Amino acid sequence: MNRRDSLKAIGIGTLTAGAVLTGCKPGETAENVQVATTGREAFEIARDKGLVKETYFDAHEMATITVLADIIIPKDAKSGSATDAKVPAFIEFIAKDEPQHQLPMRGGLRWLDVQCLNKFGNAFIDCTSKQQTTLLDEIAYPALAKPNMQQGVAFFNKMRELTAIGFFTSKMGIADLGYKGNAPGKWEGVPQDVLEKYGLENV
Amino acid sequence: MQIKKSSEVYDVVIIGSGAGGGMAGYVLANAGVKVLMLEAGPFFDPAKDSQQLKWPYESPRRGGNATRPMGDFDASYGGWQMDGEPYTQKDGSEFQWFRSRMLGGRTNHWARISLRMGPKDFKCKTAYGVGDDWPITYDEIKPYYDKVDRLIGVYGSMEGMDNDPDGIFLPAPKPRLNELFVKKAATGLGIKVIAGRGSVLTAPLPGNKDRGACFFCGQCNRSCKIYGDFSASSCLVIPAINTGNLKVITNAVVREILTNGDGLATGVSYVYKDDMQEYQVNTKTVILAASTCESARILLNSKSSQHPNGLANSSNVVGKYLHDSTQGGTAVILPQLLDRDRFNEDGVGSLHLYAPWWLDSKKLDFPRGYHLEIFGGMMMPSYGGYFGFEGVTTPYLNGYLPGRDGKMKAGGGYGAGLKDDYRRFYGTMAGVGFHGASTAKEDNYCEIDPGVVDKYGIPVLRFRYKWGTDDVNQAKHMQQMAGAMLKQLGGIPLIQPAGPETNYGLDKPGKGIHEVGTIRMGDDPKKAPLNKWGQTHDCKNLFVTDGSVFTQQSEKNPTWTILALSMRTAEYILEQRKKQNV
Repeated sequence: MNRRDSLKAIGIGTLTAGAVLTGCKPGETAENVQVATTGREAFEIARDKGLVKETYFDAHEMATITVLADIIIPKDAKSGSATDAKVPAFIEFIAKDEPQHQLPMRGGLRWLDVQCLNKFGNAFIDCTSKQQTTLLDEIAYPALAKPNMQQGVAFFNKMRELTAIGFFTSKMGIADLGYKGNAPGKWEGVPQDVLEKYGLENV
Repeated sequence: MQIKKSSEVYDVVIIGSGAGGGMAGYVLANAGVKVLMLEAGPFFDPAKDSQQLKWPYESPRRGGNATRPMGDFDASYGGWQMDGEPYTQKDGSEFQWFRSRMLGGRTNHWARISLRMGPKDFKCKTAYGVGDDWPITYDEIKPYYDKVDRLIGVYGSMEGMDNDPDGIFLPAPKPRLNELFVKKAATGLGIKVIAGRGSVLTAPLPGNKDRGACFFCGQCNRSCKIYGDFSASSCLVIPAINTGNLKVITNAVVREILTNGDGLATGVSYVYKDDMQEYQVNTKTVILAASTCESARILLNSKSSQHPNGLANSSNVVGKYLHDSTQGGTAVILPQLLDRDRFNEDGVGSLHLYAPWWLDSKKLDFPRGYHLEIFGGMMMPSYGGYFGFEGVTTPYLNGYLPGRDGKMKAGGGYGAGLKDDYRRFYGTMAGVGFHGASTAKEDNYCEIDPGVVDKYGIPVLRFRYKWGTDDVNQAKHMQQMAGAMLKQLGGIPLIQPAGPETNYGLDKPGKGIHEVGTIRMGDDPKKAPLNKWGQTHDCKNLFVTDGSVFTQQSEKNPTWTILALSMRTAEYILEQRKKQNV
């Protein structure tokens, strides 16, 4: 098999690989995928179909997740926000897919609301932006957090991790990181200028 | 319910379609032998079924591990546990058994690390004073290693090392940036680092028109749509089917091997998962290659008046001498790579750099050695798999290094600053894995659990496996090496040093997925089930060709040796057929 036939075999044909691999059909966002069936076991397909029909978080919980996700990963000059990358939908799915997240997330969201109610008289999403960050500052820096805030630290660690996973594995997040692979190419080693930059040209 | 018996008599029935079964089927079918292959899982053709080149966002779990322990795109149907097919433990054993039920078995997702065992590895007792010698020498196996190299293709570099024999190599891929840092550190410790050796076609394979050359996506564990790497499915079984001489029945879970009044194998009984009916097929010869533990299970479950202890088990050794590689390792963040250059660094999905065992064991407190596997680079951002989400450490590490403004800050955080930290840390990880030889011991074994059956009513395996002092001492040495490497590298360690309370970080047995030895070769029928051809001493038309045949493993990954031995056994069967001995 020559290279052109190889590319044809994997469905890339004569178009440039990048355009096909990163492009989407009209009306379909890459993140809004159907349940894949090819190369998957029957129990996996059935499980996926079941999960997408279920709902775990209620509307208030999802609203809180959405606000938190965008505080963790906001829009900046380089890319959009967590919500722009549909991170809340990912968190909803992964909580059903990996049930170990359910209790820490549900309980943590409630913990957050109760803290806000006691301090500011409102649930987290109804607090002012200043009030929200005042509370988050107490749980977002594990080494600085007070002992009575440790449950909040544990919750925020998880929320931050799920948000980052959701964002940086999205099309937008991968582009933001500048990952260049997942495309047919010819690997010929680290570019010479990079080797020289680190003094590795003779290693 | 009734047992459906076929009247057809096959020349050979092969149980299992992985490296051992696949190679035997390939050789026999190409020689015109009528072969039936029974595979417990579904058909799998990487050309159609591989998840290669998918992006994480094409998986609703972004590559997560919920149904596949090595990630959503990994080409393995199965895992550490399978629904309705349990295994049990005794004496506090924690053996972990990874099964892939699919055409090609575990070769669809493996790392393609393809090492020959060396002359001393076949003579462990003589060379190292522990374990047993194989009944064969490296020189006897070398021609088969050579043929496997030519047939399947392996890259590497010519080094001329005594116990790490060179092969017939395709060009080795260049290392990634992060890997070069590790190489430099290892070299500074006096360790000779060489190119990895992997069954990936870094150049077209001479004489083969069915397989494409690697296009460097680094995703061998997903299996390759253009057959650019070795899977038993793509490179052996599917070509064997195309000869017209090999038929595969998939979803066929073997219950037992049937024998006659003379104690010879006459057929195989299996459950067909699609209709849950019982079937029997007839054959002149049986080749067992269901994987190290599953093959032992089938023999032990195949009891008859001639073989009351299980088939081919007059030695009472079937299931014993189970042994897996020792494993350890460490990983670091390299601060010098913060904000590193971006380029496509996927490379191959096998090993770019490795270090064969470099010390003299006589001066150490363990008899065998281990090798280093170096990793690192700008991986596709993903969740699941071996490393999970690479950025997971960012909100912890950003408190240890100065920001772009040169100032230190508290670790953690949120917002634009944290978002930027993920970018800065991306692609800065590197590490090393240690994979060592363990000595086969009679009291590490699998056996039939007398009280438990699986959902097909087949008695299941019970494991008893304890690491020995040698294994723990080796792990301790791995920890010392990890510490020295970390010091040399100067990075931020991601793995805490491990002490005696955890056996120095020694992974649970089985986790190496290099388990071998349960149906070992040996000249003495009282001490081993197989002769040096992989033929059972007790039943001359029954052969074994998977990892179970190993008398003694080495620190080299076993697949290339399984392939060479299976090819040799298949050629022996062809000779014996000519002489009408089987």
